[in-house]
Amino acid sequence: MDTQLINTLSSIVANATPLVIAAIGETLTERVGVTNLSLNGSLVFSAMIGFVAAYTSGSVFIGIGAAMLASLIIAMIIAVADIELKQDQVAIGFVLTLLGADLAQFLGVSYSRIPGPQILSTPIPVLSSIPAIGEIFFNQSILVYISYLLVFGSSYWMFRTRRGLALRAVGERPEAAFARGTNVNRLRYFYTALGGALVGLAGASYSLSVKAGWSTPPSMDGDGWIALAIVIFGGWHPFRVVLGAYLFAGLRSLSSVIQRTPGVSVNVVLLNGVPWALMIITLLLVSSGAIERLLTVLPRPVQKWTRNFLRSDPPAAIGTRFESD
Amino acid sequence: MKNRSAGWQVVLTILPIVVSLLITAVLVMAVGADPRAVFEKIWEGAFRDSNTVGQVINFWIPLTLASLGLIVTFTAGLWNIGVEGQMTIGAVFASWAALSFSLPPVLLIPVEILLAMLGGALWATLCGVLKTHLGVHEIFSGVALNFLANVVSLFLISGPWQPPEGGSVRATPPFSENALLPPFSETFPVNLLMLILVVVAVAAVIVALRGTRWGLQLKATGKNARSALLLGVPTNRSALSAFAVCGVMAGLAGAYRVLFTYASLRPLVSGGIGFLGLLVVLLVSIRAIWVPFVTFAFAAILSGSGRLKIALQLDASLAGVLQEVLVLTVMLFNGLRTRLSRSSTAASEDINPTPTDLPASAPGSGGR
Repeated sequence: MDTQLINTLSSIVANATPLVIAAIGETLTERVGVTNLSLNGSLVFSAMIGFVAAYTSGSVFIGIGAAMLASLIIAMIIAVADIELKQDQVAIGFVLTLLGADLAQFLGVSYSRIPGPQILSTPIPVLSSIPAIGEIFFNQSILVYISYLLVFGSSYWMFRTRRGLALRAVGERPEAAFARGTNVNRLRYFYTALGGALVGLAGASYSLSVKAGWSTPPSMDGDGWIALAIVIFGGWHPFRVVLGAYLFAGLRSLSSVIQRTPGVSVNVVLLNGVPWALMIITLLLVSSGAIERLLTVLPRPVQKWTRNFLRSDPPAAIGTRFESD
Repeated sequence: MKNRSAGWQVVLTILPIVVSLLITAVLVMAVGADPRAVFEKIWEGAFRDSNTVGQVINFWIPLTLASLGLIVTFTAGLWNIGVEGQMTIGAVFASWAALSFSLPPVLLIPVEILLAMLGGALWATLCGVLKTHLGVHEIFSGVALNFLANVVSLFLISGPWQPPEGGSVRATPPFSENALLPPFSETFPVNLLMLILVVVAVAAVIVALRGTRWGLQLKATGKNARSALLLGVPTNRSALSAFAVCGVMAGLAGAYRVLFTYASLRPLVSGGIGFLGLLVVLLVSIRAIWVPFVTFAFAAILSGSGRLKIALQLDASLAGVLQEVLVLTVMLFNGLRTRLSRSSTAASEDINPTPTDLPASAPGSGGR
């Protein structure tokens, strides 16, 4: 493989990482039955907090910790409002997504466009010397490796452990889970907090690595919505989610490659619309109505395979409230 | 008992406002500014003279229109986040008429306004069809269509409609005098025609939701689409009509931005007014009668904070922070109030306000 292709692929993996982390976090949260709609605001806010904390303390780890805490607090506001105060989680999430972005802009204004600490890439000894693969997957920052662990770890946890079974049960049939002795709301708090912390990690991986620094308007604005759509595209399954994130980052980088290709003139403004058109198209692809229509034109042998591949059923109890009494 | 609960009502209404002002004050102090000076500047920026009041009304007009449209979609159980994009497309359609026709104002202005309404309705219906027929949740299609609407307007501004002096992404050339909505006077720059239209719209939405078959069908669709369908309500058509009506209102709001406020098409022409409308509707829990008052307060904050940057070197996003903290606090207090009144069961009926009638579908759950 030529170096340019390897570089492109390696940057796709790096650029997809915040999307992967945020979408895995949201997957855990939604699997337990809670929608954290504040994702976009949480990402922007935690990116700002992460940068400012790392800049003032000089330590990227303090930055990461602060970002995770900031986003965790936002997620907990949603959980408390939903579980204790019986407020609509979508409404609270929407207000928080606006608040997160505005607050980041307001508080972060004096830290805009200044150089700060960054997380550098640390090649993994043996693995990074594998031809091509090593350079693409194992010569990255530590955040990228964390994202690999998260994908495998969350998948194993959800589908191979007892606790993971309880987690899915709470999101699918909370009454049944409760009857079997699961503390439904405690699990909802826990996974909403965990999901929120991961969104914060994603935010920090923007401002400390992928799009290092902080600026107004924030460069990662909009990606939270993309991550929410990737969770649906991924059918709430970690491996499909990571596929969605890489696909998305790949198509995004393809559009910038086209833009840089000499002889091809594409309007830059229109290219900015590509991610959003893609978002609608991908959601169309996994929506039940569209799948059935698509299937009728496909030959019979591939129908079943396509249906199983594209099917994306949300956790049955998503967005519903559980009351034990 | 009655007296006590009335007193409680007042306290519980005012308390979240005080709390949100305090939170904002703390945030202002966190960036090293004086909250008193900030609140004074906002007040002064909004109400100093008839000119600044006129500016407040210039925000109030599109904000009220957008909020009324959202009342309609929320009633039908729809989260129309795409209202920003619907405003933008309305503005684009109005700008197209303004830039391409040379007609006397009596003809041109109605054409512009009708086109803006059509544009907004088309963009909204696109969102509606994606939901009702193709199973894409309106929150996601709405967000994507907002960004795409901005792409459309930026493309036009930087390409086909760019000023003759060339390559600018700042605005189209200013529209001709005939294409613009005239201000009432030098000292009170507000367009009376649109002011009247807004008042008519407020009345129309209240009447339509309370006393018509259409309004009832919207409510039935919003409360429980499944049972409504079983009872013979055409829920899909109901939802689409709600989108279209909201789009019409949003398009009108967009028209005001280009035909009066800016006198040209600019990037991000909706200026966050649609999102602000969503906050307004969350705050009033879909009760249309309160909309014009809340939008006035929000318009005053928005307009009044316009010069914070110059006067106090503060980012103008403070207006958004203040409004969002307010809505969040009110919602949390509503929950707290219900919780407290449930534990003291005796007075629960008195204290307990009508619960917020928000759409029940989670965005993960697809279209239907």
